[in-house]
Amino acid sequence: METKLLTEHYDKEEFRNLDGYKRHGGYEVLKKALKMQPQSIIDEVKASGLRGRGGAGFATGVKWGFLPKNNEPRYLLCNADEGEPGTYKDRLMMEKAPHQLIEGMVISGFAIGSNKGYIYIRGEYDYPIAVVEQALKEAYSAGLLGKNILGSGFDFDLDVYKGAGAYICGEETGMISSLEGLKGQPKLKPPFPAVQGYLKKPTIVNNVETLAAVVPIIKDGAAAYRKFGTEKSAGTKLFSLSGNVVKPGNYEVPLAYPLKDMIYKLGGGLKPGRKLKAVIPGGSSAPVLTAEEAEKALLDYESLAGMGSMLGSGAIIVIDDSQCMVDMLGVLTHFYNHESCGQCTPCREGTGWLNKIVHSILEGRGRLQDLDLLVKVADNMKGRTICALSDAAALPVISFVSKFRDEFEFYVREGRSKVKGTSYAEMHH
Amino acid sequence: MFQLSAQGLQEVQKELKRYETKESAIIPALYIAQKENKGWVNDEVIHHLSKVMEIPESRINEVFKFYTMFNQRPVGKFHVQVCANISCALNGGRELAQHICKELKVGYDQMTEDGRYTVSKVECLGSCGTAPMMQVNDKYYENLTPESAMNILRGLK
Ligand SMILES: Cc1cc2nc3c(=O)[nH]c(=O)nc-3n(C[C@H](O)[C@H](O)[C@H](O)COP(=O)(O)O)c2cc1C
Ligand code: SF4
Ligand code: FES
Repeated sequence: METKLLTEHYDKEEFRNLDGYKRHGGYEVLKKALKMQPQSIIDEVKASGLRGRGGAGFATGVKWGFLPKNNEPRYLLCNADEGEPGTYKDRLMMEKAPHQLIEGMVISGFAIGSNKGYIYIRGEYDYPIAVVEQALKEAYSAGLLGKNILGSGFDFDLDVYKGAGAYICGEETGMISSLEGLKGQPKLKPPFPAVQGYLKKPTIVNNVETLAAVVPIIKDGAAAYRKFGTEKSAGTKLFSLSGNVVKPGNYEVPLAYPLKDMIYKLGGGLKPGRKLKAVIPGGSSAPVLTAEEAEKALLDYESLAGMGSMLGSGAIIVIDDSQCMVDMLGVLTHFYNHESCGQCTPCREGTGWLNKIVHSILEGRGRLQDLDLLVKVADNMKGRTICALSDAAALPVISFVSKFRDEFEFYVREGRSKVKGTSYAEMHH
Repeated sequence: MFQLSAQGLQEVQKELKRYETKESAIIPALYIAQKENKGWVNDEVIHHLSKVMEIPESRINEVFKFYTMFNQRPVGKFHVQVCANISCALNGGRELAQHICKELKVGYDQMTEDGRYTVSKVECLGSCGTAPMMQVNDKYYENLTPESAMNILRGLK
């Protein structure tokens, strides 16, 4: 069973229009919020235990608290770049409920004292962009955006910025660079965006789902939100289930929901005759779990960290026993190599090496010592760069090679896949 | 020499005022110009934008080169981008891309002789639950089979 705090009305076509959204209580929470003290909204979000849904899981209320306590102008940016392979929940949220995001952003803007927000949407999301832009128009006409919102005296302008194809623009400082009209390259932290962000002004960057979750939190209060999930992983979360399952899709469940129920109950299990081999539980950057680990895993930040993986963006990628892990790792190393922005040597060189080594194995030119070399190169990429892409590229490699070493060794020895029986060249050319 | 149409020019002027700084209009302007230049951008386009926007060519150029949605070479009327990332790869995305190339008798990132198609393999497009999928120009096509994909592509007008 799903627990639909955010997605309850997503099946209704009318929910994406202002009238339909209002019929289901839309913008009532904004009315309530505008009568509250901004600080008490921040306190409520803090008390709710809401953590960033974009990948890093940082406490939202705490992040908001880092803003300077003065009247300096500040920006609220919504991260809708959604590029982490396996993740497609923000797209659903924008397509089905653009007003929920807008309502969440106006409330959040009011709470942090911002009068200007942007929704940075990845360029390929042509349709979601159109839906959000239409919703913005409706909201402006209804006085829900712009000057003196609902007579409260609070002004908030909101616009869309369309990205142009670069995973790295999902990293918050890369996104800020991109919005500034630069190459989308991350910036060294500190200073953190909350202190010095977009145009060097204090800036809060939050994921689509994080900002939307502010609506139910302010509606029913932190305690009601905390009824779901655990002490440290409170509330519900959308999970994007994909890969080798019968019913892939976005499912909203309380945090700490069992991964096996996600796969077998909500996801309808595997195709007939297939067995579970591995699961990547938090987007392509999360270390892979073996089938045994997956059977025991709970979907919350602490449980997955405790297994050496992470919840990340909540993208669950299911891999069955017909798949070759060497081949799949090649897909990932290619991705990170392609997406490294090239500023930091360990990342630029490291992602290149990882991809070269994995592909040399796939092409039958691998040597046994390459397996240790992969781990060594990956180890050297961790914790030494401007942003976390380098770590994100390294972690899957280490987990794939150590947990599925027999498949890698077989490939090196025989020059072909243990699972498929053929070589990469035969598989893909 | 490339020149924006009157409407394109107007759109660029609007973008220049839309954001806090005019540099934020570089990406939107490149989109507008690319559309008017048959789907790709070259030096002439950059030169023209630089004059219109009063932003140095080098600044526009570095943005242009950074983002994958701006094409540095001519593309077919239909730019077919097949996702080859993990969730799609687990569901035959790469085989789909291969099949399309074979049927259209063209290699990756090359244009068919009639100028109709360019086929590329791309990274995750956020459509992983409906794999395999492809994007043709601005539109997503999901839950594809080799047959359905070819039917879609052959039927494009
Ligand atoms: C390489 C990389 C890519 C990222 N991509 C995204 C993304 O597509 N969407 C997103 O919300 N956060 C992404 N993040 C995380 C952001 O940097 C940031 O933590 C997040 O947007 C903050 O919002 P939240 O606290 O609400 O999660 C990415 C981080 C890294 C290192
Ligand atoms: S770690 Fe990689 S992606 Fe991040 S800033 Fe450095 S080079 Fe760019
Ligand atoms: S992996 Fe293909 S759309 Fe995400």
